Amino acid sequence: MSGAPKIAVRGLKKAFGDNVVLDGLDLDVGVGESVVVIGGSGTGKSVLVKCIMGLMEPDSGSVKIDGKEVTGLSRGEREKAMQKFGMLFQGSALFDSLRVWQNVAFGLIQGHGMGQAEAKEVALKTMGAVGLDPEVGELWPAELSGGMQKRVGLARAIASKPEIIIFDEPTTGLDPIMGDVINNLIVECVRKLGATAVSITHDMASAHKIADRIAMIYKGKIIWQGAAKSIDQSGNPYVDQFIHGRAEGPIQMEIRAL
Amino acid sequence: MNFLGRIGRVFLGFCTGTGRLTLFTFNGVSHCFRPPIYFKLIGKQFLDIGYYSLPVVGLTAIFIGMVLALQLHTGFSRLTGGESAIAQVVVLGMTRELGPVIAALMVAGRIGASIAAEIGTMRVTDQIDALSTLSTNPYKYLVAPRLLAAVVALPCLVLIADIIGVFGGFLMASYKFGFNPSAYLQNTADFLQTDDVVSGLIKSAVFGFIIALMGCYHGYNSRGGAQGVGAATTHAVVSASVMILMFDYILSALLFSS
Repeated sequence: MSGAPKIAVRGLKKAFGDNVVLDGLDLDVGVGESVVVIGGSGTGKSVLVKCIMGLMEPDSGSVKIDGKEVTGLSRGEREKAMQKFGMLFQGSALFDSLRVWQNVAFGLIQGHGMGQAEAKEVALKTMGAVGLDPEVGELWPAELSGGMQKRVGLARAIASKPEIIIFDEPTTGLDPIMGDVINNLIVECVRKLGATAVSITHDMASAHKIADRIAMIYKGKIIWQGAAKSIDQSGNPYVDQFIHGRAEGPIQMEIRAL
Repeated sequence: MNFLGRIGRVFLGFCTGTGRLTLFTFNGVSHCFRPPIYFKLIGKQFLDIGYYSLPVVGLTAIFIGMVLALQLHTGFSRLTGGESAIAQVVVLGMTRELGPVIAALMVAGRIGASIAAEIGTMRVTDQIDALSTLSTNPYKYLVAPRLLAAVVALPCLVLIADIIGVFGGFLMASYKFGFNPSAYLQNTADFLQTDDVVSGLIKSAVFGFIIALMGCYHGYNSRGGAQGVGAATTHAVVSASVMILMFDYILSALLFSS
């Protein structure tokens, strides 16, 4: 990583009642870098990206994008900061009241004030880049399979050429082949745009494929980070247990007493 | 002590709820007047709330008008000369009270529920977060158009309900009780004052606001999947109905206090 980080997270804390989800988390993401955050379910991965994007306000700590603090912004300023972001949601989160192409063009029309015709053209071109035919544009999101919806979600996230793209569990719920297709598309799109990417996943195949760097989150902190290739020799027992998917090890699944 | 604690918790819950609703209302209303204003969405909502509610509201209004005349005819027959007051009581009851309240309650069931279910589903499937990531304010895109459309649509509906209701009374009086039709209409027209209709329309605008606000508020704050959306829908309809009757009293007291 060279120069000032694109995203700098410092001492991020977030708790829901007594449940501490993020406990003073630090993370840097360099310009044009692809960082994958791995960790078990309920370890705060989603909360982390929501705090980075400003969808959730942290209890304390700071998030800087391009050196500019983004926590505690007013709604108007946040909307401006949002324009740098694109996000692929776990369940794709397509607007089911709009046709596929309108979904892809949404950010262009609403956020960037582009005209309908021009936005449709860009939308269809973006859909082509993720392997969707123009005819798909006239369908409704509910008519698509899970993998197709992911592609549309990806197209929507990259249509306005964001500087930072967030991928929330991009391969969850897809078959391994479709998962790999999506991984390839992510790598290709991020490279082509030169964007900075933050992904969260617990799918190690996906992490290996899309990450320059991997960071592991456990109990609200980053406990290990390093180059994606070095993760197999991390020497960290927590990481080893996670990437090999063993039930025995230092990470104990906490089963909450009712 | 436990008992006191419970009371305190309920009270605190009430306070946070009220505060949240107030903030939500302020946000929603302020976005009604700040550009960009989505005229297309307002039109779509107006069609949904106003036009498609016509059959339901019309049917209820005609039966209410008819049953009102029927009850008055049998009830007033105990008074000497009481029957001649039927035309006046029907028109007064419909325009001042029954038209606005019945129409509002029907629309609360039809529209309040659908708003809460739609926005609630958007919430639990991350579509509202997706709006934010595409630089679109959910208050402006989802809440403001519904508030504006409902405030305009309800008075239109009520005006039509008034006419249909009075017509229902007229049908009963002239065909069932053998009143002179032209005399009945003359009585109605002579007795009716502008204030009667206008007060009903003012009330109905407030009712429209309540219906849309409750639908949006409960939908926006729903969580926890299908069950959460179901609960949001119930809350939206019940709270809107109760508030309609409450505000009906308050507004009547205010409007006719002199």
